[in-house]
Amino acid sequence: MTGEMPTVESDSSAVPGTENDLVASVIDGFDGATVTEHATASSATVYHQVSVSVDDWVSVVRKAKNAGFDAFVDLYAVDHFAQAPRYEVGVNLISMENNQRIIISTRVPYDDATVPTLTGVFVGANFYEREAYDLIGIDFPGHPDLTRILLPDEWVGHPLRKDSSVGAIPVQFKAGSVDL
Amino acid sequence: MTDTTDTESAPVEELESDQDPSAPEMSVADQRRATHDMWVSGTEDTYPFAAATDEGAQEMLPQADDPGASMQAGIAVDDDYTSEVLVDPDERQIINMGPQHPSTHGVLRLHLELEGETVRRVKPIIGYLHTGMEKTAETLTYAQGGTNVTRMDYLAPFHNELAYSLTVEQLLGLEVPARASAIRVLMTELNRVASHLLWAATQGMDIGALSMMIYGWREREICLDFFEKTTGLRMNHNYIRPGGVAADLPDGWQDDVTNLIAVVSAGIGEYEELLNENPIFLDRTMGVGVITPQECKEYGVTGPMARASGVDWDLRKAAPYCGIDQYDFDVPLGRHGDVHDRYTVRMEEMRQSLHIAGQIVETIPSGDYRAEDRKVTPPPRKRIDESMEALIHHFKLFTEGINVPEGTAYQSVEGPRGELGCLIVSKGGTRPWRMHWRAPSFAAVQALPVMMTDSLLADVVASLASADPVLGDVDR
Repeated sequence: MTGEMPTVESDSSAVPGTENDLVASVIDGFDGATVTEHATASSATVYHQVSVSVDDWVSVVRKAKNAGFDAFVDLYAVDHFAQAPRYEVGVNLISMENNQRIIISTRVPYDDATVPTLTGVFVGANFYEREAYDLIGIDFPGHPDLTRILLPDEWVGHPLRKDSSVGAIPVQFKAGSVDL
Repeated sequence: MTDTTDTESAPVEELESDQDPSAPEMSVADQRRATHDMWVSGTEDTYPFAAATDEGAQEMLPQADDPGASMQAGIAVDDDYTSEVLVDPDERQIINMGPQHPSTHGVLRLHLELEGETVRRVKPIIGYLHTGMEKTAETLTYAQGGTNVTRMDYLAPFHNELAYSLTVEQLLGLEVPARASAIRVLMTELNRVASHLLWAATQGMDIGALSMMIYGWREREICLDFFEKTTGLRMNHNYIRPGGVAADLPDGWQDDVTNLIAVVSAGIGEYEELLNENPIFLDRTMGVGVITPQECKEYGVTGPMARASGVDWDLRKAAPYCGIDQYDFDVPLGRHGDVHDRYTVRMEEMRQSLHIAGQIVETIPSGDYRAEDRKVTPPPRKRIDESMEALIHHFKLFTEGINVPEGTAYQSVEGPRGELGCLIVSKGGTRPWRMHWRAPSFAAVQALPVMMTDSLLADVVASLASADPVLGDVDR
C-alpha cells in the first residue's frame, strides 16, 4: 500500500483489466518492481514478467501464491555475464483459476550470487534450486539440501556460466587407440 | 495397501442404501469400482468409461474422500502402509535401486529406506544422463537447435521441436501458415499417442502384464512408421522447425492416418479388455501411488499425472497453440490420483488425440507448409539455380543461421508428460544466449517420494512407471 504505483510497460492493450489487477496486486507495495507483458503463441493469453529486488524475492512469491498463483511450474537462472547485476533467477507460476501465468525474477551480482530459498513457499522449488546451484552457481541460503543434482559431486565449476567454455575439460577416451 | 480396519468397518448396508432397491445387489468392491470413474472437463458429466470398470469381483479398500495436502512425503494419503511387525528404527535398511535397474525407465537411481517391506523414505538421484544439452544449445545456431532439442525427451521429439520453434517464432514475431500449424498439431497428437502407447507397454510390463508390452509396442510401430514416412526418421526428427515444418506430408498420408486411427483404436480396446477386468492389474494399481491435487501444484507436477488427481489443467485448452482450439476434444480427469486413474486418463487421452487427428485429416487447409520468409526458411531448391538472391539467402541461412532479435520468450506446450516449456534469452545474433527447459519429467521425479513413501516396496515400481519419467528429459 505504500510506495509508488508499479510501472507497467505493456506492448498490448488487449488485456482485460482484471488480469492486470491480479498482477498489480502482487507487486503492490514493493518499490522498484516492474512488470513486462509478453505475448505467447496463443493469441488469447499473455504472461507477465515481474522484476523485483532480491530482498523482496520471497515475500513477492509468497504474496503471489496467496493471490492465486498457487501452481509452481519452473525456476530458472540466467548468466547475463557482461551486464550488472550478472545473474537472473526467475520463478514461473500459474494461477489455474484465472488462467494466468506470472514469471517473477530478480537479479543478483557476481560477488554476492545469493538468492533466499523458495522451498519454504513451494516445496517443489527444491530440485530446481539445486539445478540452478549446480549449473549456474547461485547460492540459495535456507535450502534443505543444496547439493549438485545433475553433475557429479566432485565437479569443479558451474558449466552454464558464460565464462565456462565448451570443451574446456578434456575427455578421455578409454577404449581402443588410434594411430595418427 | 491401507489399514484394513476401514474395509471391515465400512457398513455394507449404508452403501446399499444409495442403490435402487430393484437393482441387483452390488458388492463393496463393485461399489468402489463404480466410483472409480472419470469426468469431462468443464462439466459435471461422468465419463462413459466408468461402465467398463464397474464389474468384477475385486475387493477394493476405501479411499479417503479428502486426503488433504501433505507437504511432506504423503503422510495423509491412503496408500500409507503400516508395518504389522514393529521394526526397530535402527534396523531400517537402505537399498539402492538403479541406475541400471530395468524398471527405472532409463538411468534413475532411488535410495529406498525400508522398514521391513515398507518404504519409509525415498531419495531420487538423477544426472546419469546429463549431457549438457542446454550448454550445447548456446553453441548451435537457431537453425541447428532443432536437432539438439529433439533429443531431450526422446519419446516426445515433436513436442520438444514444437516448443522450441514456437519460442523462436515468438522472438522473431513470425506467423506460420495455417497448414503448417495443422501439420504440427497432427504430428504432436500422434506423438502423444505413440508416447502413451510406450507408457502403456512399460507400465503393463512393470507390474506383470507381460503381453501388454508386446501389444503396446505393436501399435506404436504403426505410429513410428508414419513418422518415418513423413520425416525420414523414427525418432529425433527435426521436422518441426522455426517457420513451419521441414516438408509437406507425404502422398497418401490421409489413408495412413485413417488406417492408424482404426488400428490404434482397436488396439486400445484390446488393452482395456486385457487390463480393465484383470484382478492382478487392478490390485496393483488402485489406491497405489496417490498424489493429491495440492501436492501436484506444490511440486510442479502437470500433465496426465495432475489430471489423474483431478487438476483441471490442459495447456491445449488453457493456452491453445497452433490453433488446436479449433478441434473438438475432451480433457479426461481422474478423481483419486492413483496409478489406476493415470492409466484411465492416458487411455482416454489417446482416444482424444486420435479424434483430433481424424478431424485434421478432414479439415486440413491447403497452402504452404512453412512461412515464406527467406530470413528464416530456405528457398526452394529450384529457385537457387534461377535467382542470385535465393542463392545468397540459402548460403546465409545455412552458414550463419537465423538472426533473432534481442528479447526473452517462454512458450510451453502440453507434452505427453505435462507442461513442456522452453525459455530462450536472446541477446541478438544467430545463437541463443541461454536456453532453459522446463521438463515435465524433472518435476515428476521430484514428486516420486510423495507417491512412494509409506507404501510397499512392490508398489514402488508401479508408482514409478505411472509417473512415466523420461530420463533424457530429466537430465537433459
